[in-house]
Amino acid sequence: MTLATAHASVLPDRVTTATLRSFLRSVPSVDEVGAAERVAALSTRSIKRESKRAALDLMIRMMDLTTLEGKDTPGRIAQLAAKAIRPDPTQPSIPSVAAVCVYPNMVPYAVGATEGSGVRVASVATYFPSGLADIRLKLEEAKMVVAAGADEVDMVIDRGAFLAGDYFRVFDEVRRVKEACGDAHLKVILETGELATLDNVRRASLLAMAAGADFIKTSTGKVTPAATLPVTLVMLEAIRDFFDATGVMVGMKPAGGIRTSKEAMRYLVVLNETLGEPWMTPDRFRFGASSLLNDVLMQIRWLETGRYASPDYFTKD
Amino acid sequence: MSRLDVKKTYKLYVGGKFPRSESGRSYPAVGGDGEVLARMARASRKDLRDAVRVARSALDGWAGATGYNRGQVLYRVAETLEDRKDTFVEQLTMTGANRQAARREVAAGIDRMVWYAGWADKFVQILGNLNPVAGPFFNISVPEPTGVVGIVAPEAPALLGLISRLAPVLVPGNTTVVLASERHPMPAITLAEALHSSDVPPGVVNILTGRKDELIGVLADHMDVNAVDAGGAAGDQLTRIQQGAVHNVKRVVTMNGPTQSPYLIAAFTETKTVWHPKGL
Repeated sequence: MTLATAHASVLPDRVTTATLRSFLRSVPSVDEVGAAERVAALSTRSIKRESKRAALDLMIRMMDLTTLEGKDTPGRIAQLAAKAIRPDPTQPSIPSVAAVCVYPNMVPYAVGATEGSGVRVASVATYFPSGLADIRLKLEEAKMVVAAGADEVDMVIDRGAFLAGDYFRVFDEVRRVKEACGDAHLKVILETGELATLDNVRRASLLAMAAGADFIKTSTGKVTPAATLPVTLVMLEAIRDFFDATGVMVGMKPAGGIRTSKEAMRYLVVLNETLGEPWMTPDRFRFGASSLLNDVLMQIRWLETGRYASPDYFTKD
Repeated sequence: MSRLDVKKTYKLYVGGKFPRSESGRSYPAVGGDGEVLARMARASRKDLRDAVRVARSALDGWAGATGYNRGQVLYRVAETLEDRKDTFVEQLTMTGANRQAARREVAAGIDRMVWYAGWADKFVQILGNLNPVAGPFFNISVPEPTGVVGIVAPEAPALLGLISRLAPVLVPGNTTVVLASERHPMPAITLAEALHSSDVPPGVVNILTGRKDELIGVLADHMDVNAVDAGGAAGDQLTRIQQGAVHNVKRVVTMNGPTQSPYLIAAFTETKTVWHPKGL
């Protein structure tokens, strides 16, 4: 198989099991201690009051408000969509979130509930969260959610294949799912909690981007550890290197375990320091979260009233 | 050769840990004759915010424990206090009380803890009721904990005053953030060490030392605090608490003086009433 020219500078010209393997094994190793120190240093950065307010708004605009539970119902999706469109009904000035992220069966309800609001609908697909199914079924599922109206598809890679060194299979699946998605944006979930090392995270990031991912995403939220700052830093650096080589701007989505605006603020600092201004937009960076939104709303309430807020005064979903 | 005493640093008690103030500030605790006894952590509004957060997360566990279990835990606190009797007497003496009076205060404090411990599995029977109603229903009222309670501890007596305000709040299952006596904060932190080595779950009692004037407004305004015991608040401070309390209609309890009464327990409960049809 031959690659589009843009990607040829990153990957070998002819992608086969052997060339992929030798390419990924030649990727320089990540300095884990250095990554941890870098994020620790960035985490202590102080953000002044006005910037904080702007960052809180940005967090909301970058948020994929997510519900991925077995007990999801159309009613719950409707509530979530209402919250996504108008996060705090008492303050219409607070922006809508970027998207709602749901299971495939819930896509039609999410599409109906967000119609005309500008809030996009993202659906997980390819047998989320394990990704352990036949490729034909995965493609079928991706096509189905796009046909149902999903604007974005969050696929999972086959971690078993990746860890076994079957990189071609992972590459090929991402490429074919991307084709199946058509115009819908494809986010590729690496499930970094199962990849064990930062070296693997970097390799999987490059592999997913070369195969055509529009976004790379840390986690499903079903595995701990989910998103962490060092992993995010490594992925952002992979995005930067990919951009330098190909000129293609790939987005980033940390997901899972980000519950407070304080943590989210650290991700924004790392993003700004690594990729800078062009990526500080919902088109290139998303937070996958469910409980983060209320914490952000509480922080905004605190900034505006001077009184510490209580979760009792915000809707749960 | 004479030995240099190892002076103790008194820190805050938040979430079952003893952190310094995030602000890094401290202030001196002064003895009866003006000498500096120790340096105390001077809590900031962020410390208070953190304390409220852990108190909120500890609430379900403490309120969900059986009354019998809470009674046992509070009795265990009395046992641990008894162990540290001499330390308390020493501290109270250093702050100006005479030894005789200090002994009496400590003994009274421990006894009061035992007295309240006994109430934990009894107050529901006394404060609850089967109400007569004009219909075929059982109408039952039961007291439930109010939630997170801020306690402005009396300036003096530093130990007995604190125990007298703390115990009735804990009995029904509330969790607390205490602003300790500003002038004599040492017994409060020693009490925290006793609580820490008994069976009180982390976060149920959080004790902050510092300037009351700086913290009272933040406590009163905090939307996640459900009640404030203003027993130890001076005139202006009480006004400030009442002003802050309007935003989420906090219960402000002003019953004064270190007394012991089941009505102090009642002050920190909310009554839940249920209707149940008869004849089913």
